[in-house]
Amino acid sequence: MKIVTNQRHFQTVCFNVVTSSYSKKAPTFPVNIPNSITTLIAGIAITLISLWYGQNHGLLPVAASADANDVDELFNLMMTIATGLFILIEGVLVICLIRFRRKQGDLTDGPAIEGNVPLEIVWTAIPTVIVFILAIYSFEIYNKMGGLDPMVSGGGMTMAHHHQHNPNTMDNMVAMEPDSKIAIGIGKSMSANDEDPLVVDVNGLQYAWIFTYPDTGIVSGDLHVPVDRPIQLNMKAADVIHAFWLPEFRIKQDVMPGQVSQLSFVANREGTYPVICAELCGSYHGGMKTTMTVETAEGYDQWVQSRTVALQDGEGQPLPVDSTALTDAEFLQAYAEEMGIIENTLEQIPHHPLGMMSMAQ
Amino acid sequence: MSDATIHHAGDRKWTDYFTFCTDHKVIGIQYLVTAFLFYFIGGALAEIVRTELATPDPDFVSPEVYNQMFTMHGTIMIFLWIVPAGAAFANYLIPLMIGADDMAFPRLNAVAFWMQPVGGILLILSFFVGAPQAGWTSYPPLSLISGKWGEELWILCLLILGTASILGAINFVTTIFKMRAPDMDIHSMPLFCWAMLATSALILLSTPVLAAALILLSFDLMAGTAFFNPTGGGDPIVYQHLFWFYSHPAVYIMVLPFFGVISEILPVHSRKPIFGYRAIAYSGLAISFLGLIVWAHHMFTSGTPGWLRMFFMATTMLVAVPTGIKIFSWCATLWGGKLQLNSALLFAIGFLSSFLIGGLTGVMLAAAPFDIHVHDTYFVVGHFHYVLFGGSVFALFGAVYHWFPKMTGKMYNETWGKIHFAMTFIGFNMTFLPMHYLGLQGMNRRIALYDPQFQPLNQVCTLGSYILALSTLPFLVSIVLGLVNGKAAGRNPWRALTLEWQTTSPPSIENFDEPPVLWAGPYEYGIDGEPRDEDSIEEMLAEVAEMS
Repeated sequence: MKIVTNQRHFQTVCFNVVTSSYSKKAPTFPVNIPNSITTLIAGIAITLISLWYGQNHGLLPVAASADANDVDELFNLMMTIATGLFILIEGVLVICLIRFRRKQGDLTDGPAIEGNVPLEIVWTAIPTVIVFILAIYSFEIYNKMGGLDPMVSGGGMTMAHHHQHNPNTMDNMVAMEPDSKIAIGIGKSMSANDEDPLVVDVNGLQYAWIFTYPDTGIVSGDLHVPVDRPIQLNMKAADVIHAFWLPEFRIKQDVMPGQVSQLSFVANREGTYPVICAELCGSYHGGMKTTMTVETAEGYDQWVQSRTVALQDGEGQPLPVDSTALTDAEFLQAYAEEMGIIENTLEQIPHHPLGMMSMAQ
Repeated sequence: MSDATIHHAGDRKWTDYFTFCTDHKVIGIQYLVTAFLFYFIGGALAEIVRTELATPDPDFVSPEVYNQMFTMHGTIMIFLWIVPAGAAFANYLIPLMIGADDMAFPRLNAVAFWMQPVGGILLILSFFVGAPQAGWTSYPPLSLISGKWGEELWILCLLILGTASILGAINFVTTIFKMRAPDMDIHSMPLFCWAMLATSALILLSTPVLAAALILLSFDLMAGTAFFNPTGGGDPIVYQHLFWFYSHPAVYIMVLPFFGVISEILPVHSRKPIFGYRAIAYSGLAISFLGLIVWAHHMFTSGTPGWLRMFFMATTMLVAVPTGIKIFSWCATLWGGKLQLNSALLFAIGFLSSFLIGGLTGVMLAAAPFDIHVHDTYFVVGHFHYVLFGGSVFALFGAVYHWFPKMTGKMYNETWGKIHFAMTFIGFNMTFLPMHYLGLQGMNRRIALYDPQFQPLNQVCTLGSYILALSTLPFLVSIVLGLVNGKAAGRNPWRALTLEWQTTSPPSIENFDEPPVLWAGPYEYGIDGEPRDEDSIEEMLAEVAEMS
């Protein structure tokens, strides 16, 4: 190092704004940048690998609805971009680790490059464009799924019917305008749909899902729906917040006490799919799951038939068709075994702190 | 001036570290050591969680205990490990880097530190009354019905630590603005200081909101009010908004200081100026600003209307732009340099490679239609561990190695440091990479029992977590060997240009015996192309001192 002899000069070096003081001295940028042909080949290779992997990652489970396919398309696009960026950055790091190691005893510094405005503009602009594309695309898919449909909650802001009798419920607290435009949930408006939707009331409680079919009076611990018919779930929670998740349909919505939320979807693939609670709801949260069986219209009718016959025969007694005379606990007791609810869960319910509080009012 | 005399003047008794000492260097080390103690506790809890998840059944601990374990793990790792570890480096380094003799408010600084053990002990005490088990997010109504006293202790702990964090932030901002060496303008201060400005702004703006939420939650819990309790007319969703208004910025509070650390480590060990100083400095502020308007992306499946989900989707995606600028700039800093692959640089490069994955999955999670699928799944668990472990903790270890010679005056053991890096890198990726796939396939988070189809990958995760746990051993070996018989470090073993390297190692009590000399910008490497070793720097400093 040459000793600085002139203090004036010395201070200029020291304190002048970093960028300006270097632009004169700095070597031109592409030191050690591979020549353009190599760069071009690498670019093409990264693009091809990304495009291929974006379509063939095999990371997602089966998609059982058209909406799920749309979400997967979005994920595939993001995977493609992410793969490209991943290879690029990790590639740069690996090259640095191999090519730019300091040699033993070399005390000189690397080139004094402290910026490159065009390059920095490029790597600011490209991500900006990418996120704009992703945001617009995501918005379109979300809208297509009915996420912005103002009618979703139009009829949904009242409590599900079988609870209206109960002084413990919070009807008066969710007394929103019936034509409220606040959409909590996701899914197309069913009232605007020509096809007759199947409406199912969903009740989440520690640690089970209970499905009530208002049209037939069936109450079940697992969900049965016909294929290719719009399904609308009106969901509420009895105790804490739960979340209703159908992984094969890529939809999830929190199920809240005191507020109805909705999901609607059309299954296009028969099968039995998991229904999972995704919001921490207590110690047996992991056990709070059931299944959804998607079957043909005939298969579904048969299931409805068998459940209705069971009800009429009294076979299922004391399964109440009309639950209005029962408390939650009595109502649930009948289903406890069928659904594998842990017994002390039910015992808790009348003594539930939240239940107690509401009764005190 | 002789090194020996200065060294002795600056020598601290070991007992000083257990006192209400106002020296920022003592406080920095107090923070760091305390944080590491909690890291080991939080790590042990994580191992209990992973051991439970080695099998699908809840057989290792009961489901209640399992929920306590992950709740305490999250709380400790966030509030008692990463946040205070960031404060540790900020306390230790800021005055040294800007040529000051201490922080602006030394006594306040000590108060802020001593709130750490108080908060930490309160939290640990909750084990004796039934630890909190509603997750670190503590959503009501669940948090109101799952153990009163554990939950209340959790709230008190967070209120105390949050206050400490605010006091610290006031100190950092004031120190950076008011106590810089006379010739150091804001654009010639080290990027770590910029990072702490961005961090402190976030702390000051968002932490009070968390405090408000926690106090209301406390009323609901202890006095039976119903701010968040739906049975009394309260709204649990409001809690989520208030909570995430702090807790999303908290992610940046945890990662921005370590962005700063990376900007310090890379130029020194690759012998090149930082690429795009201003871009890195201002992108940190941009992240800080954007961080305040993205919180509801944690609530895409909650009680939020569609338009709100779309707004927060857009703002969240924008975070990728300033973050991308930083990553590209760091890569460009390495490119063409002369990399000294020691433990500090290895961890910094490990940071780049892992944080990248966390950033990419972060953009994916911002996309609401996709987030709805993976929200509250192991995909998210994988994502935030890539940000907070792959990001913050990797950089944190890099920082420990980089500044260990300055803090102790001795060199750590390089071989064990490299073993530490290799084990951490392998264990980390083994633990957290498979989680993305598990989440996409349908494994939800915070569960003690899971579907048997997920067992094989969970066993890989568990095995990885054991490697990760064991990786702390070579770390301790490297550090202890360094302390016991490490070779003397001298003032500037890395031939670095920031001011902390101009003083003795460890620095004397007043930091600098003579006013530090600003003979170069913080990253002006390679200007003259001449070889530069420790001695020639010393020589030149002496020359410059003579001139002035």
